[in-house]
Amino acid sequence: METELQSFIEKYDLLGCIQCGRCTGGCPVTVRTNLNVRRFVYDSLDEDILEELANLPEIWDCTACSTCAVRCPKGLKPLEVLIGLRGILVEGGRVQPTVRDALESVFREGNPWDKPRAARCDWMKDLDVRIAEPGEAVENLIFVCCTIVYDPKLQVIAQNLVRILNKAGVDFAFIGEDETCCGSEVHNLGEEGLFEMLVEDNTELLNSFNAKRMVTISPHCYTAFKNEHPDLKMEVVHYTQLVGELLEDKKLELTREVPQRIVFHDPCFLGKQNHVFDEPRYILGNIPGAELVEFDRCRERSLCCEGGGGKMWVETESTKERLSDTRVKDARALEAGILAVACPFCELTLDDSVKAKGFEEEMRVAEILEILGEAIED
Amino acid sequence: MNSKPKIGVYICHCGINVAKTVDVDEVTEFSSQLPYVKLARNYSYMCSDPGQNLIKDDIANEGLNRVVVASCSPRMHEPTFRKTLIEAGINPFFLEMANIREHCSWVHQDKEEATEKAKKLVAASVSKARLLEPLEEKEVEVEPASLVIGGGIAGIQAALDIANAGFKVYMVEKTPSIGGKMAQLDKTFPTLDCSACILTPKMVDVDAHPNIELLTYSQVEEISGYVGNFDVKVRKKARYVDMEKCTGCGLCAEECRLADRIPSEFDAGVGKRSGIYLPFPQAVPAKFTIDPERCLFLTRGKCGKSPKCVDVCTAEAIDFEQKDEFVEFKVGAVIVATGYDVFDASRKPEYGYDNYDNVLTGLEMERLVSASGPTGGSIALGEGEEAYVPKDIAFIKCVGSRDESVGNEYCSRVCCMYTAKLAHLVKEKIPEANVRIYYMDVRAFGKGFEEFYDRVRREGIRYIRGNPSEIFKRNGRLVVKVEDTLTATPLEDEVDLVVLAVGLEPRKDSREIIDLLRLSQSGDRFYLEAHPKLAPVDTATDGVFVAGCAQGPKDIPDSVAQAKGAASSALGLLASGRVKVEAQVSVVDEATCRGCAYCVEICPYGAIEMVNVNRMGHEVQVAQVNEVLCKGCGACVAGCFSGSIQQRSFKDRQILPQIAVLGVLR
Ligand SMILES: Cc1cc2nc3c(=O)[nH]c(=O)nc-3n(C[C@H](O)[C@H](O)[C@H](O)COP(=O)(O)OP(=O)(O)OC[C@H]3O[C@@H](n4cnc5c(N)ncnc54)[C@H](O)[C@@H]3O)c2cc1C
Ligand code: SF4
Ligand code: SF4
Repeated sequence: METELQSFIEKYDLLGCIQCGRCTGGCPVTVRTNLNVRRFVYDSLDEDILEELANLPEIWDCTACSTCAVRCPKGLKPLEVLIGLRGILVEGGRVQPTVRDALESVFREGNPWDKPRAARCDWMKDLDVRIAEPGEAVENLIFVCCTIVYDPKLQVIAQNLVRILNKAGVDFAFIGEDETCCGSEVHNLGEEGLFEMLVEDNTELLNSFNAKRMVTISPHCYTAFKNEHPDLKMEVVHYTQLVGELLEDKKLELTREVPQRIVFHDPCFLGKQNHVFDEPRYILGNIPGAELVEFDRCRERSLCCEGGGGKMWVETESTKERLSDTRVKDARALEAGILAVACPFCELTLDDSVKAKGFEEEMRVAEILEILGEAIED
Repeated sequence: MNSKPKIGVYICHCGINVAKTVDVDEVTEFSSQLPYVKLARNYSYMCSDPGQNLIKDDIANEGLNRVVVASCSPRMHEPTFRKTLIEAGINPFFLEMANIREHCSWVHQDKEEATEKAKKLVAASVSKARLLEPLEEKEVEVEPASLVIGGGIAGIQAALDIANAGFKVYMVEKTPSIGGKMAQLDKTFPTLDCSACILTPKMVDVDAHPNIELLTYSQVEEISGYVGNFDVKVRKKARYVDMEKCTGCGLCAEECRLADRIPSEFDAGVGKRSGIYLPFPQAVPAKFTIDPERCLFLTRGKCGKSPKCVDVCTAEAIDFEQKDEFVEFKVGAVIVATGYDVFDASRKPEYGYDNYDNVLTGLEMERLVSASGPTGGSIALGEGEEAYVPKDIAFIKCVGSRDESVGNEYCSRVCCMYTAKLAHLVKEKIPEANVRIYYMDVRAFGKGFEEFYDRVRREGIRYIRGNPSEIFKRNGRLVVKVEDTLTATPLEDEVDLVVLAVGLEPRKDSREIIDLLRLSQSGDRFYLEAHPKLAPVDTATDGVFVAGCAQGPKDIPDSVAQAKGAASSALGLLASGRVKVEAQVSVVDEATCRGCAYCVEICPYGAIEMVNVNRMGHEVQVAQVNEVLCKGCGACVAGCFSGSIQQRSFKDRQILPQIAVLGVLR
């Protein structure tokens, strides 16, 4: 039986909540904003005040890190309540212009950055790469990510992946201009309709390729394809899993020293949400000359950088220290030369903080693929 | 005896349970018209005395020879009505029940439709009733002894009760000493009696009791047979110490090259032991055991020039040549009292149990506050120069309980109270400490529990309502990340020590017992009792009872109560000396059996064996059912390729017409 509109209470299983407080207790942004996600789970039981709740500015402070969902003892996903409330605003056309523009851009150009679709492959201009053809067999189909393809600072991530896979003799291909936003941030911004459309279209597009598995570069795409595309007919992995495999099988050798102390920041969408903790560490541990150290708050207890959940388009109004600032200060205290990340959003937020804190002399933020680029010979 | 059927049909209202949704008058009227039905009646509670008397009177006055009761599930009252028939002088297997409650009134709302369905169910039962045959219930003798598996407080209590009643008990305990978890506890809530003081005398009684044969460091290898007659085989693991010679002096452990180097299981890893050890000073038996996985001599074939234990043991009790031994015996009943495991705190990595030395479990804390524990009861943390007494101490409740994220939905029932107890003990030892308990609910349901909770709060222990989400370190101190849900305030509280109130889980080796005794598990993975209310110590396997935490989390008072219940159930069996076995068993038609032996594989009770028979001058193999072992589950009947197996009371010619009436078969 299809019900037309599931009630808020049913959709988010609000009656399952025992008000234990683990969600809010774990929520990383509570140290700097008014967000109390448990209160939203509780207050939403009164469906008459949903509008009112949707108008509270803190619903935009959620980073979709999912700590609340991971910790909930009753299997609820408290963040989805906030996203549902955002949806009410999206539906009524009452969102900030930045959010509106990002969503419109996804609708028109397949990316949230207001960039033309035709420019999607510019980053690979000088590279000799294969674009997948429907039906043609390919071992690894690479999904690059809107943020990486268009941000000139981040394009090196994808370019390095090409270098590495070529060096390791891996069979791989890209999707080309048809590659379309994974929808992760679209969902987190509350545009459910557009998200559903993306899931449908992307499933059809991706299934048209004869690929054994899809390799994602951003953990946000990874989560979206792995967990939100039930009809996708291929395995989805994060590139750290593939590269980890290549190193283990000795198909890839790291020969150049990177004599640095490196600390790895677990992306929420990779670690907490998908339990990929070991592969990034395995890769970094294999870099000659590098010394790997750990944050106290690492792995399951890692601190969110506030990069996800639509935060690229909505600023949190708070005078308190940003979590990314806390994070780079912790990295600095460990005397790390490189703050390694495995997510484009983490790279952007943490890089900003390194600059804001004036740590550029002592340390840099680098995506694992950037570091790998330094560790291999061409 | 199988004269022309005269059937009486009795429709039960079950108060309003049935009558609310089924028109009982209409069903009665309908039933009275069915073939072979002599009369039909309805009554408010058929199971009551007047209800049963209706049946008895009708049998006497109307000459009924078959009875159909339309009421609840036969699981509930079939035994009741069979007894009624016996009392009225007719064979109890001339009873057929139509389940119009669980199968009808409870699951339907529309009265008209439910009434129609009830009619069909009754008609079906009537059509079968007329084809029923009388059966004879066999009795077998009961071996007047029992096996108790597990020597925790539950097993100890059950063993003592049975032994005191004059029956032989074999107690099998896996570890070198009996006592279980209770032996590890310091004081016990809510009365704060010293655990060892109340437990040790019982342990000694077990050892000394003339009716109890104690097999420690042992495990049950095989159990075959059936209620009243179980054949048991037990492996006594080699201790490498001659139990007769060992005086328990302990010189060996002092001198062992591994002295104080192996984490002590008894001290929950907080203290250390040697390669040869007595788990704790009051252990029963007070005999030493060599740990074969650690002992240098046993693992490497060499321990210095010669093993120190051998050198110092004046009793010459060390025997590296010792082998496992097997003991076999027969018992009439089995009690499973294998207890629980504490939840492994590593499975909640957000609490940093694997990361920080000052995050402990409740059980570790028990050893730390115990005067006989590794620190003599002092709660100092850190080593040597760095040692310090914690000032801010946090307890976190529900770790691994009520938590779907680790697959444990249930409440562990003891953590609320043991947390209160430990908090009290800590406050007693460090009066200036700031002790707080983070909780989501306080469940103080037992006798004296609420009073104890009250007392502890008034001693100055803060209860903060919020279940912490994470622990990390800041400036060398632990930070508890939590929301005070009563004021909706997110907190990051700095503390020196965190105690995780870990819950109770089924033992990791639960499978062993399940395989041995064909037990089932409930949703929480503990062993399943036969009925949650009315048969709480019985299991689906006749003659096998369960007690203590093996059946589900519980405290000591409840474990002891359940143990006494299990003992009395076992005693009922042993004392009566005889037990009835299932009459509705399977029977093989030797003339058509093809001897494929498929049924032997199917039978979950090992009740079928192949035997040689002479068939028209030829020696052939056919299946034969051991009627004492057969539980009447019917699996073989369904599986037989040649249709050669039929189950009494459920023969094809009895149930096919019944199904046909339901309109399923034509
Ligand atoms: C930290 C903590 C504090 C507690 N404090 C209190 C308290 O203050 N008051 C209170 O009332 N309750 C308390 N409890 C609960 C108490 O521990 C239990 O109620 C009690 O121990 C249950 O006894 P049991 O015999 O069922 O199980 P256990 O004590 O677990 O005993 C089971 C025994 O069976 C043995 N065994 C297991 N499997 C086999 C096998 N296959 N073959 C042979 N032997 C086997 C085990 O080795 C063990 O000796 C506390 C629990 C914890 C975790
Ligand atoms: S963690 Fe889950 S159960 Fe607890 S308050 Fe939050 S939503 Fe409710
Ligand atoms: S997803 Fe993260 S930021 Fe959002 S409410 Fe949950 S814990 Fe807080």
